[in-house]
Amino acid sequence: MAQDIALELPQGVRYALIGPNGAGKTTLMNLMTGMLRPDSGQIFLSGEEITSLKPDARVKRGLARTFQINTLFPQLSALESVTLSVLEREGISRTWWQGLPAYGSAIDEAHAILQSLKIPPTRETRELPYGQQRLLEIALALATRPRVLLLDEPAAGVPKDESAALFDAIANLSRELTILFIEHDMDVVLRFASRIIVMVGGRILVEGTPDEIAHDARVHEVYLGKSHAAA
Amino acid sequence: MLSSLATVLFDGFAYGMLLFLLSVGLSVTLGMMNFVNLAHCSFAMVGGYATVTMVSKFGWSFFATLPMAFLAGAAVALLLEKLLFKKLYRASDLDQCLLTIGIVFVSIATFAWFYTTEQQSVPAPFPRDQPISFLGMSFGRYRAFLIVAGLAITGVLILLLEKTRFGAQVRAAVDNQRMARGLGIDVDRAFMFTFALGGGLAGLGGALSIEVVGLDPSFALAFLVYVLIVVAVGGLGSIGGSFAAAVVLGISDMAGKYYFPWLGAFVIYLVMVALLMWRPAGLFGKR
Amino acid sequence: MASADAHFREKVRWHPLEIAFWLCTLLPFVVTPNYLSLASQIAITALFALSLDLILGYAGIVSLGHAAFFGVGAYAAGLLAKHYWGEPLAGLVVAAVAAGIVGYATSHIVVRFRHLALIMLTMGLGLLLHEAANSASGLTGGADGLQGVRVGSLFGFRFDMFGRTAYAYSLAVLFLCFLVCRRIIHSPFGLALRGIRENATRMPAIGAPSLAHLRKAYTIAAVMAGIAGALLTHTTSTVSLETLSFGRSADVLVILILGGAGRLYGGIIGAIIYMVARDQFSGINPQYWYFWIGLLLVAVVMFLPNGILGGLGALYKKSK
Repeated sequence: MAQDIALELPQGVRYALIGPNGAGKTTLMNLMTGMLRPDSGQIFLSGEEITSLKPDARVKRGLARTFQINTLFPQLSALESVTLSVLEREGISRTWWQGLPAYGSAIDEAHAILQSLKIPPTRETRELPYGQQRLLEIALALATRPRVLLLDEPAAGVPKDESAALFDAIANLSRELTILFIEHDMDVVLRFASRIIVMVGGRILVEGTPDEIAHDARVHEVYLGKSHAAA
Repeated sequence: MLSSLATVLFDGFAYGMLLFLLSVGLSVTLGMMNFVNLAHCSFAMVGGYATVTMVSKFGWSFFATLPMAFLAGAAVALLLEKLLFKKLYRASDLDQCLLTIGIVFVSIATFAWFYTTEQQSVPAPFPRDQPISFLGMSFGRYRAFLIVAGLAITGVLILLLEKTRFGAQVRAAVDNQRMARGLGIDVDRAFMFTFALGGGLAGLGGALSIEVVGLDPSFALAFLVYVLIVVAVGGLGSIGGSFAAAVVLGISDMAGKYYFPWLGAFVIYLVMVALLMWRPAGLFGKR
Repeated sequence: MASADAHFREKVRWHPLEIAFWLCTLLPFVVTPNYLSLASQIAITALFALSLDLILGYAGIVSLGHAAFFGVGAYAAGLLAKHYWGEPLAGLVVAAVAAGIVGYATSHIVVRFRHLALIMLTMGLGLLLHEAANSASGLTGGADGLQGVRVGSLFGFRFDMFGRTAYAYSLAVLFLCFLVCRRIIHSPFGLALRGIRENATRMPAIGAPSLAHLRKAYTIAAVMAGIAGALLTHTTSTVSLETLSFGRSADVLVILILGGAGRLYGGIIGAIIYMVARDQFSGINPQYWYFWIGLLLVAVVMFLPNGILGGLGALYKKSK
């Protein structure tokens, strides 16, 4: 449940969205991407209203997301998966009479994305270790050339020895991208976010710089006053 | 004119009761476990043939065989659930569909082997030439019996669901399986009993159908379509929905056969397709 | 990048076993000339199964009513031959168009569904068409089937009881359609279909118009099934109501699963095994045939979920 959300994400800023479980963070993300329809209100992307657009249309306009639980293509290789994402972006995926090897530039682009995230290209997705699957989540989203990237708990469940690669990847994301990521790990939040939004009970409690949030009394109450702490 | 309308409604309602008995088990188990069991009507067939055997070989009276038909259906359902179905709860729809179709084929062939493909019948439970007279119209005794029995069983089921702890567990599991498990409800055990109960009701329905539609090995497939229509239209996991859908279907089918015999089953299928398109989750269902 | 391209190229290349297989399909002409009628029927069934594979094995649409398109194609070809023109190739075109139109129209409904609703809807649409054809006996001949279908000669070759023309015709059409399918599978569209099958939720999230993709695949599959139906009409000079039946939809599903869905050759392998077995055991009462088919289905689902080709593939991987 999410209520009375009024939010603005300027370009290039990295936002962290935090809050207790059930606060409505993923719901908000689903509303933004179009997987859920709002009962009222409007959503704008770069000045254009997208409230009535389906999810795939929003992606075409530059809004991409990753999922909290890996939502990948198990039997496709990483290269196939990311190439598919590129082909969809270019509208080539409708072509059925020409073989895939003919689309060298798309394949090369996919390959380059995978290399920058250090994901082996030719193994089937279901054979990749969990950390690399999380990275593949991001790779799929990046291949759509987004302007706004929504990451739903990118580090969720990633073992300590694989998380360094993940954080490197996030750190290396283009500065022109507007990023909003949901996270519970406060280390990650403080390291990457330039602004933090706190959601509680379906509403936005407060928004500000990490410093402001760290000293906000209401946030303290939510996280430290009550027994379910997020960090 | 009025008397034929009354007959259509009466016979249709009775037919609806049969369809309800045949379908309610599938509706609830589908709602609970999302297990696509296309072999459900095989349980009905088991009950039907159990009754035929008891009557012809052991000389039981028709009514005495009814509990046995119920038990036979329940037993076979339970057996299949333990041996095979249990392993496929997480499998894809296609796999479940294929497995249960395989069971249907096997059951049809098995009964054809033992009982041949001839129509089976039982001695009339009530004298066929003594209808009940009411308001100047005559109504078949057997169909009246079906209606009474159907309503009684519906009542028992609703009581079971609303007033017992078992019923509460079933309702919880249908509503949200994960949460039900989280609350400590043994969903697997509840499902097992529900599955057996559904199979038993189907068996009973199969036995009761003999007098109305006859019995031969193709029953398992022939009625599957009707059962699926009832389940789809009435909604998964809903007793009330199954009841309503079964009655509507029973009456529509009777009316169709009486007033528009040249249309055949066309109308029924059209209604099903149209309703599915309008409400993919059924009229009362949850998904 | 050479290595990246190679990953895709190696999947598109013709494997020697494939070439050997297709060469072997010519053997019946020489080795078993008395069985060419059966061989034609196998080729027709293989094409039908191939068309189902496109939507089931590659796009993940579970259809229990695919015979609808087979029957539409069969009747279209039959009606054309009976009333207007006996030329077989014209019949193929008409059948393809008719089945394609029905496929395209129903695809708008079908692709919006999943799970049980999809299974039921496809079954319901199939039953509907079957009933309609049964009732419209003035046009279709009803339960007796379409009589008086006169099929002309193909490039001067008549369809005779030896079956040479029939088999050459069926095999050629099967191979051509197979080539088209193979092209589709290895194209961007084919990759998109596999994406939908692998994870339908992810597709919109990468900007894919899944419904449009599925409609296209469903229509193409309908066209191919219609062509298979027309082949049946031409090789047997009759059209029966059974071509639209639920039994035929169930049979082709069994055949595809037996051979292995999503592997391009699964339908063909399944058709060969199923039809040959049925021919061998044709003396047995059909009841008992369905007993073994049922048991086979249960066994395949429990132990060999990817069909015969899947089993062979797993063995091959293990032996490496």
